[in-house]
Amino acid sequence: MSDVTAESRVAIASQRQLIWWRFRKHKLALVSATIVLLFYLVAAFADTIAYSAPFDTEAARSYIPPQPIHWFDAEGHFRPHVFALKGKRDPRTFKLAYAPDPSEPRDLVLFGHGYGYKLFGLFPTDRHLLGVSNGRPQDALFLLGTDQLGRDVFSRLVLATQTSLTIGLVGVTLSLLLGILLGGISGLYGGWLDLGIQRLIEILRSIPTIPLWMGLAAAVPNTWSSQKVYFAITIIISLIGWTELARVVRGRFLALREEDFITAAELCGASRMRIIFKHMVPSFLSHIIAAVSLALPAMIISETTLSFLGLGLRPPAISWGVLLQDAQNLQTLGLAPWLLVVALPVIVVILAFNFLGDGLRDAADPYG
Amino acid sequence: MSTVLDVRSLRKLFPIRSGLLSRVSGHVKAVDDVSFTIDSGETLSLVGESGCGKTTTSRCILRAIAPTSGEILFQGQDVAKLERRELRPLRRQMQMIFQDPFSSLNPRMTISEIIGEPLLVNGMTDTAERNARVAELLELVQLPSAYLNRFPHAFSGGQRQRIGIARALALHPSLIVADEPVSALDVSVQAQIVNLMIELQDRLGLAMLFVAHDLSVVKHVSHRVAVMYVGRIVEIAPTKALFASPGHPYTEALLSAVPVPDPRRRASRIVLEGDVADPSNPPSGCHFHPRCRYATDRCKVETPPLVEIAPGHAVRCLRADEISLKGVDGGHTTN
Repeated sequence: MSDVTAESRVAIASQRQLIWWRFRKHKLALVSATIVLLFYLVAAFADTIAYSAPFDTEAARSYIPPQPIHWFDAEGHFRPHVFALKGKRDPRTFKLAYAPDPSEPRDLVLFGHGYGYKLFGLFPTDRHLLGVSNGRPQDALFLLGTDQLGRDVFSRLVLATQTSLTIGLVGVTLSLLLGILLGGISGLYGGWLDLGIQRLIEILRSIPTIPLWMGLAAAVPNTWSSQKVYFAITIIISLIGWTELARVVRGRFLALREEDFITAAELCGASRMRIIFKHMVPSFLSHIIAAVSLALPAMIISETTLSFLGLGLRPPAISWGVLLQDAQNLQTLGLAPWLLVVALPVIVVILAFNFLGDGLRDAADPYG
Repeated sequence: MSTVLDVRSLRKLFPIRSGLLSRVSGHVKAVDDVSFTIDSGETLSLVGESGCGKTTTSRCILRAIAPTSGEILFQGQDVAKLERRELRPLRRQMQMIFQDPFSSLNPRMTISEIIGEPLLVNGMTDTAERNARVAELLELVQLPSAYLNRFPHAFSGGQRQRIGIARALALHPSLIVADEPVSALDVSVQAQIVNLMIELQDRLGLAMLFVAHDLSVVKHVSHRVAVMYVGRIVEIAPTKALFASPGHPYTEALLSAVPVPDPRRRASRIVLEGDVADPSNPPSGCHFHPRCRYATDRCKVETPPLVEIAPGHAVRCLRADEISLKGVDGGHTTN
């Protein structure tokens, strides 16, 4: 009986459901999807998750090492708290050394007050995921330590995640638009247009990317605001990114044009628009999604590389690349190795995107 | 009976491009001076080896590809010269059944969407009305109407081909072009589909162009048969006459390859030497002469015309009245 219902369930399953069922079997991709989703949640609620204002400098908090949360108090009760820090200058090296002061525990609270911001740019609030019951969180919480200017690394990392992940999204969206438009024209009309677009792609791809980016980034005026630079950088990155997607789209159009079910639709009098949007686009949509999930990490890496080299985003903008730039010199690394923690989310997200993309591609293409 | 389709001197050349500037260096004569007619309620089979131009001919008739020259009169209108927009009303009248039952159905659409598409794009926008017609069509091709919401992946090859037939019949066409509709199916399923097609043709009075290479199937379905070789029709005749007394050596060779279901009879198969001629560089004179065992020197230089040797039986062979060829006895022709 259950066999019968299972069989008929498969019979009326749409292509999308079949893809989902195949994708579900790919455990690594499923885990990666969760990770990617978590990262984007962090990006969406970055200001809530951060607890210190990212530009809040304070010389007295310079280079504080990461401070752990203490989960239980002296009596063994569950009571998450941190200790206040006392900075003491070493008389010989003049280096500030920090020591926790057990006499001054500060309790952690959920959704405490902190700096003011606008949630999704709309709702003004000063609630943050983590806060302390007495005092300001930026004086008490140092989960990942601070940098030279006394800014909290954790909060900056969270906000950098927002920038770096959205720059990837915006970049991919732009490349996708360009790619589908030019790839579609190339595949549908063929002839001279196709020839021209294909040669353009080859020329663009033959240019070494780093020098090209350097050239373009150098053309971005110094006087621009960090927001303007952000958009300029996305456009620069997507200028290269669209070529790969255009090729995928063109290939799918060429393959589909010869399919019998397209001929059948033509023969029954379906309009060109209907054939493209009802028959062709749905059958390569899954490939596009897979291609996008593989293009995204490339975008993120590009941004990180550019910013690390000082060609992309520049402070005061915060991105993974900008934060890594802080960890560029040996001296800082020796004094504050925790600044390198930024590399971790970069690696995790890139890997997760790649596994997710592989899983999607395998699920979308039964012959792959 | 009225003539539904009248093809006159159809020609399709494909340019061969080569070199850096893709200059046209020659042409493949895929279809070269092909003429035939089909009446309503009649099946004409187009047979030949692969690459002989039978599929190109059928695609030209449907204007899936544009012919180079010639006329295709469909219900009195020349399909070959119409613009895309003018073609639309005519296209409802001629439909196609495809060879591959897997690629001919969109895997992302349900059966009701697939069969209903011709109805929808031709103005039947009411869903209930369309679903009723789809159910009717499913019944016509002997599939349960409970399958309406299933996707193509849930069906076997034979069932898919029935769905393809239902889609072709949705708009009450007067001509069906079937491009090797059973060659991708199992033999047992082939018989079912062929019988379904014969039955539907009788019932609906369809004219049918049946493209095939399997002569045993052809013998069963067709009223008349046209044999093609390298873009030309070499023989066209009523089925019975063609099988009993072929007029062209190529037809004789094809017929000798048909398996005879009689263990006591030794098949004397004529094995043709060499490959099918290259249509971009066909042999001089009669295209078949390099493989023909009756060929003389005259065959190498003179191009034979298509000559009627009996009423409705035309042959393109210079020696048609000199040689006597062996057929197979058409003991049980159905039509």
